[in-house]
Amino acid sequence: MFLAGVQASFRSVFALVLIGTYVGVGALAHDYGFSLAWVMLSTVLVWAGPAQVIMISALGTGAPLFEVALAVFLSAVRFLPMVVSLLPLLRGPRTRLRDLLLPAHFTAASMWVESFRLLPPLPQHARVPFCNGLAIGFMLSGHIGSVIGFYLAASLPALLTATLLFLTPMSFLVSTAQNSLTLANRLALAFGLVVGPLLTYFQVGLDLMWTGLIAGSAAYAVHRLRGARR
Amino acid sequence: MSELSPYLVLILVGFLPNEFWRVLGVILGGGLSDDSELIVWVRAVAVAVLAAVIAKLVVVPPAALAALPLAVRLVAISCGFLAFLVIRRSVFAGLVVGELVLLVGGFLFPA
Repeated sequence: MFLAGVQASFRSVFALVLIGTYVGVGALAHDYGFSLAWVMLSTVLVWAGPAQVIMISALGTGAPLFEVALAVFLSAVRFLPMVVSLLPLLRGPRTRLRDLLLPAHFTAASMWVESFRLLPPLPQHARVPFCNGLAIGFMLSGHIGSVIGFYLAASLPALLTATLLFLTPMSFLVSTAQNSLTLANRLALAFGLVVGPLLTYFQVGLDLMWTGLIAGSAAYAVHRLRGARR
Repeated sequence: MSELSPYLVLILVGFLPNEFWRVLGVILGGGLSDDSELIVWVRAVAVAVLAAVIAKLVVVPPAALAALPLAVRLVAISCGFLAFLVIRRSVFAGLVVGELVLLVGGFLFPA
């Protein structure tokens, strides 16, 4: 079932999405002077495009380690509801807690979406290995992308390297907009895009954290006010 | 990247703060409703952090991208987003249009 999962990952539309995303990550890492081995290990250990981009760009510009860790921490909250909602699909009567830690580590937008589509027809005992295979296949696509991006950024003319680096903000913006279905999330995106650069401009420390708290809470407040009026 | 080994840094500021939420998810299990108010707020904060990262990558970008004028970068990302909204909320359409505008802009207005 593990291999069936790997195969399914290559047939998924996310294989292409991941290659594209990680071409951006690889190019970014090259531009900031990270080694390819470091980038690939970060994909295995972190397995979250946004967190990796935060880490690479913040470390690359010399941000304090504590600030980088905090920004990654805040960006990763989305995994909590993802894991919580995925568990019922994976857990059978005899599933041990430690069998769930690996699928939990692999949980990311790609694997999460495809699991809900592909797991339900499978028998309970096959789901965890299938899920692990699916995620490892996706990781492989990510690695292919980061190798391509890393070497292209090293060899392309400046203007084309700029377009590679532009892949990350452009694709993150539209895919976040696509995934933001609630009013709170859409407003958080819009507010964050404005508040973030403002705080950077005025050189406020911990700007990512403050943007998250200010813009996110403001968006949440609007969501609450709308709810109260209804 | 300070005097720490880059691999130690990766674990401390990348792996651990990121993995915390996944492990917490396993521990909490079904004890948390997907649409509780706390989760709604927490997700909004996470989206806003991501928005700040996106904006910073455009406004204070890495070297090769910084060589293009700010106006070109802003116009390109706006056009990409508009294309996404207009063309059936397609991520691919947004990406292609944004990249093309950046390429043409960078060609016409070299730094």
